[in-house]
Amino acid sequence: MKKWFAYPYGVWMIVFIVAPILLVVGYAFTDKSGAFTLANFGSVAAYAGIFGRSFLLAAVSTAVCLLMGYPLAYIMSRSGPRLQSIYMTLIMLPMWMNFLLRTYAWMSILENKGFINTFLQKIGFIDLLNRTLVPAMGWEALEYIPLINNSFAVVLGMVYNFLPFMVLPIYTVLIKLDPKIIEAAQDLGAPQSIVFRRVIFPLSLPGVISGITMVFVPAVSTFVISKMLGGGKEMMIGDLIELQFMGNAYNPQIGSAIALVMMLLIFACMAIMNRFDDGRGEEGGLML
Amino acid sequence: MIIAIFACSFLFPKHNKFGGAYLLSKHLIDLVGIQKEFDGEPVLKGIDLYIRDREFITLLGPSGCGKTTTLRIIGGFETPTAGDVLFEGTRMNDVPPYKREINTVFQRYALFPHLNVEENVAFGLHIRKMDKQSIQKKVDEMLELVGLRGFGRRDVTSLSGGQQQRVAIARALVMEPRVLLLDEPLGALDLKLRKEMQIELKRIQQSTGITFIYVTHDQEEALTMSDTIVVMNHGRIQQIGTPTDIYNEPNNAFVADFIGESNIIDGVMLDDLRVAFCGREFECVDKGFGKNTPVDVVIRPEDVKVVFPGDGMLTGVVESIVFKGVHYEMMIRTEHFTFMVHSTQAEEVGKTVGLNVIPFDIHIMHKQKAEEEAAN
Repeated sequence: MKKWFAYPYGVWMIVFIVAPILLVVGYAFTDKSGAFTLANFGSVAAYAGIFGRSFLLAAVSTAVCLLMGYPLAYIMSRSGPRLQSIYMTLIMLPMWMNFLLRTYAWMSILENKGFINTFLQKIGFIDLLNRTLVPAMGWEALEYIPLINNSFAVVLGMVYNFLPFMVLPIYTVLIKLDPKIIEAAQDLGAPQSIVFRRVIFPLSLPGVISGITMVFVPAVSTFVISKMLGGGKEMMIGDLIELQFMGNAYNPQIGSAIALVMMLLIFACMAIMNRFDDGRGEEGGLML
Repeated sequence: MIIAIFACSFLFPKHNKFGGAYLLSKHLIDLVGIQKEFDGEPVLKGIDLYIRDREFITLLGPSGCGKTTTLRIIGGFETPTAGDVLFEGTRMNDVPPYKREINTVFQRYALFPHLNVEENVAFGLHIRKMDKQSIQKKVDEMLELVGLRGFGRRDVTSLSGGQQQRVAIARALVMEPRVLLLDEPLGALDLKLRKEMQIELKRIQQSTGITFIYVTHDQEEALTMSDTIVVMNHGRIQQIGTPTDIYNEPNNAFVADFIGESNIIDGVMLDDLRVAFCGREFECVDKGFGKNTPVDVVIRPEDVKVVFPGDGMLTGVVESIVFKGVHYEMMIRTEHFTFMVHSTQAEEVGKTVGLNVIPFDIHIMHKQKAEEEAAN
């Protein structure tokens, strides 16, 4: 391979990755007239609540992905080759559809007059609630269960969209685990639970860490999901940044400062995560 | 004593080993009629074997003969399709590996890559909930025993093959098992290291008094270390005996061929002590084959003596000669059969020589049964 084969990508990186980052940094440290200032970062502090909620929702989504994704990856890795490819197809299938379309689909499922609520009305579940739980708690009578425009819907949307990114790296590591190592642990007196806790899980940590990274980073910066499923009430950092650039509050300086702070926070989170992996585990996790 | 020996041979007619030690040590493990199928494919076709306490027993055979499967059944990693595994007389077919007083040294070690040397060795002791101090003490002793003192804090992935092997042995031995299973543990090591480890393993076995069940396809390794060798082929036991027995008195042509080199010649047993092959009659020491029975005649290459033409029972021409270090290996073509001959004396290629064999070195074996022949 000639060295210059890499040039197109090099140019691409400079134009579309390095330059924008420099622009963001430039905006973040200047005021509207172009003079150096740190004031933008002062304004960021006002949005601490949104930062907090974003990181919290992303963390919850990541945790749910891990709790659901790890067992799935584990079961997949222990299945026969046929079953494995079926699982794999089922996991990949939603990803063949556009991300926005999938989220729209969730809207119509979760809406007040959406699929789930209509179904619950039909089977009389909402009536049942109105007769039992609602008076007991002293609530107003329900017409539907509020499934959309809240944190629950945002977390659900994130879990749905990002779950494959948790499953795949964990699965990749587990599938490469030498079955002899598991047998060795059993041989040394370890029942199933200890084999998992002391051998399988520690050895799958690189996969878990890349899974967490690949879910947490897009989750913390998402804005489409929170906008569509959170109904604008549940603003996240992504929405905030979008607002600074696209909305009426046009203010690229503060928008850049927010973006920069978010980036640094994500870096910090990743640095902490990577410390959990002491680098002695099996290779194979997709590291960011 | 005589009565005891008699009783013994009566109880275990198949694999008879005389001697004091034999009478004293009891059966630790019995395999009774073990059969194993994988996807309907028979891998073990009826294994009957007992393993005595404190012995070094080797399962020897070519790859695919079922030796590793037998070992895995003893370890609890496979369940037999039919037959029983007895440990001190108690059936343990369904006992999971972690409840057996057996530990294994795996092929390619299977060390825990996320733990260092010490943590690998201590793994089983932690599960036993032994206190920290005792664990440290035992781990240190064990590392000393396998010659890895001071390696405790090393990453196992940074060790050489031989060192990893020692860690694997230490990790299993520290559990003080009744039985240690070793699945081709030296397969990945180079020749010199392998020889060192053979001696080391034998030393460890003798000093700890643990029963070793060793699997290998390397006949030399088996002969060097074992008290008892079990030769296997196509899921069946071909012969059980001491290394000397197996080498000197192979049961059949397969064993003779597998253990060391052999000339295997089609012959006919004319009568007791008389066998015909290579177009003439020879005196031999075997009897009880009946009259005019087709047999395999086995002669070890080192038992064929090269003499002046005319002085020998057979005459042949030297076809090739290869220097093997201690001896020369010659292929000598006679009218009916080309003999492999080992001799310290070199002969010229193309030279006509005479060949002699003394009756004691002519081993007569039953032809393998047609069914087994088909399996081959």
